[in-house]
Amino acid sequence: MFRRERSIPLRGSAAALCNNLSVLQLPVRNLTHFGVVHGPSAQLLSAAPEGVPLAQRQLQAKEGAGVSPPLITQVHWCVLPFRVLLVLTSHRGIQMYESDGSVMVYWHALDAGDASLVQAVFARGIAASGHFICVGMWSGRVLVFDIPAKGPNIVLSEELAGHQTPVTDIATEPAQGQDCVADVVTADDSGLLCVWRSGPKFKLLTRIPGFGVPCPSVQLWQGTIAAGYGNGQVRLYEASTGTLHVQIDAHARAICALDLAPELLSAAEDTFVHIWKLSRSPEGGYIEVEHCHGECVPDTQVCGARFCDPSGSSFAVTGYDLAEILRFSSM
Amino acid sequence: MLRAAWRALSSIRTQAVTQAPVLGLPGGGCAKLLSVQRDLPSRPGGLILRAARGYATQKPVQPSHEDDPLPSMLLKDYQDIPGIEKVDDVVKKILSLEMANQKEKLKIKKEQLMKKVVENPKDTGSLEARILNDIISTMFNRKFMEELFKPQELYSKKALRTVYDRLAHASIMRLNQASMDKDVLLVTFNHLDAIKGFIQDSPTILHQVDETFQQLTETYGGLSAGEFQLIRQTLLIFFQDLHIRVSIFLKDKVQNSSGRFVLPVSGPLPWGTKVPGLIRTFNHKGEEVRKAEFKHGGSYVAAPKEGSFELYGDRVLKLGTNMYSVNRPVETHMSGASENLAAQTQESIAPNPLAKEELNLLARLIGGMEIKKPSGPEPGFRLNLFTTDEEEEQAALTRPEELSYEVINIQATQDQQTNEELARIMGEFEILDQPRRSASKGDDLLAMMDEL
Repeated sequence: MFRRERSIPLRGSAAALCNNLSVLQLPVRNLTHFGVVHGPSAQLLSAAPEGVPLAQRQLQAKEGAGVSPPLITQVHWCVLPFRVLLVLTSHRGIQMYESDGSVMVYWHALDAGDASLVQAVFARGIAASGHFICVGMWSGRVLVFDIPAKGPNIVLSEELAGHQTPVTDIATEPAQGQDCVADVVTADDSGLLCVWRSGPKFKLLTRIPGFGVPCPSVQLWQGTIAAGYGNGQVRLYEASTGTLHVQIDAHARAICALDLAPELLSAAEDTFVHIWKLSRSPEGGYIEVEHCHGECVPDTQVCGARFCDPSGSSFAVTGYDLAEILRFSSM
Repeated sequence: MLRAAWRALSSIRTQAVTQAPVLGLPGGGCAKLLSVQRDLPSRPGGLILRAARGYATQKPVQPSHEDDPLPSMLLKDYQDIPGIEKVDDVVKKILSLEMANQKEKLKIKKEQLMKKVVENPKDTGSLEARILNDIISTMFNRKFMEELFKPQELYSKKALRTVYDRLAHASIMRLNQASMDKDVLLVTFNHLDAIKGFIQDSPTILHQVDETFQQLTETYGGLSAGEFQLIRQTLLIFFQDLHIRVSIFLKDKVQNSSGRFVLPVSGPLPWGTKVPGLIRTFNHKGEEVRKAEFKHGGSYVAAPKEGSFELYGDRVLKLGTNMYSVNRPVETHMSGASENLAAQTQESIAPNPLAKEELNLLARLIGGMEIKKPSGPEPGFRLNLFTTDEEEEQAALTRPEELSYEVINIQATQDQQTNEELARIMGEFEILDQPRRSASKGDDLLAMMDEL
């Protein structure tokens, strides 16, 4: 059972994007960082355990060529072996900052290139894998940046071609030590999932088709892919083979955020947030899913949800046009 | 892009205005028309004063054109009242131009000229229909639509507000955020269907709307669900942080008093979404091994069928249909709302027959109108002390048996005696043929006061 905790006020309301909440847990310093996209700006704030806001900062999307102020699509903290970077993707390019947002260390402008006049040009989908940061694009390409242990000397290492439609989300998990283990999953607007193995050269391992229903949010944990779809379904796949394990008719509207902590958290525009317990059955090795808790956030179009601690005993939620971060913790 | 659209719009506007013959009309000829109202007759005191004024300050009549309004023509304010032709001759004389000053004559002349300017042989029907036709034909003008369909970035709020001011358009974009993405197109089609309902008599405008339909289908029909989601998210950025409360939304409980929209956790699902609650587990061979259910907290039903994206078809979706066409109780008090859209009750292109009957009774009570036998299908009107008919029936059912029915007769119509009395008094308001010419206003006033 979860109870509602004190909300953290935001200076600007949350925009109606998917995955519009990023959380960086710093248990050593007893702090939690939150990142929310407002529109043309993103808001970062740090809070103490009880939700007391401590520091706030606003980051603007860097202007490029264009008439109106560019809109930010996603903000996400990337935890790398030796540093943490904050990445911002917008309709103009990719901005990377130090983890507190104080200094911009890298700027990559988007090349509209062969985009037709009717296509929107943007970057979306951010994840860290080893010492790489992967960022998705409107074209379906995924840019892989090689990040040094310190300093701004960031290099574009590779451009992955796996998708034909705009990338929505990327999920990664630390490689399990073996060689051919999948550790990166990319999702796009057509619902296609591409499973990769990271390295100096990324290798595409398998593809999971989506049949036209967009997949706005994807997570990867212990070899299991959790994908949320535009028709409210959550599906769990085996990452290495792409086999479907579980299909949950979880929500009445499009899923907008997922988190995996070891519990699975799903949030959708139907105002509901659900928590599911995943376990591997001893025989057969298939995954069992059990519904733990459902929370209704009245009259709120949820746009972001994340666990706030490693054990999954508390989570935070953002909603469209809501100028606060809602917090829940288990009793 | 915005400037091009403005230019297109302003060229349409100037076209409409320059069609008016050059007669020194004020520039906003069309705008003036929008403000013409059907006034209620002023109080009897006004009648006397007007008569007296006419009597006291008769100026020599200025030379005028041949098509000057006839002196027996009624004053502008009294022309449109139903049943006015049937009032007593004396009353008619008082209310006619014969008694009025030059200003009244000018008013009528101006109106006649405006009528000639605005009248379009194809436009039949009431004033409201004409205004609607004007607005819709401006809105769906081809040049403007072409500009609109060019791919472009989101306008700022200020820019869009200016465009709307130019259009003088009061469409309602219902802000339901909880709908599946392709539904946005169905909502737009619902809007267009409703607009087509308004302009059924005008084939040219209908054609314009149909063309826009085609263009919408061409541009948006082929978009994927992901692209629609991006469009919807971008549109929502426009409405972010606006907490304007709209009175009709508040009344329908679609919006609550904080300005946030109500997102119901029940109702029909978008096409393609299953009712939540099922967990299906599969083995590595793809066979279903387990089926479990969970409580999801809402009460949804699956959509019966997919909405039609054709020119004519069942959209299935209720969103975007005309909110004003639903029968709702008459409201007498407007709660504070920053954007107050006119909340007229029934949709009516034709004048409300009930209102007509009510005015007839009023005319009869004032006197002078013969009581005609009701010929139409709806003779008279019935007084209802409750807000709706349903409430009245409810009250009748719950009425305790002991209270007996007492019919109280209210003699509202005047009998012959009082009528004669009134006629005599009115007869004393005779017009002298030789009005006295006075030297100054001051004397005039004193003379008037002496007469009392």
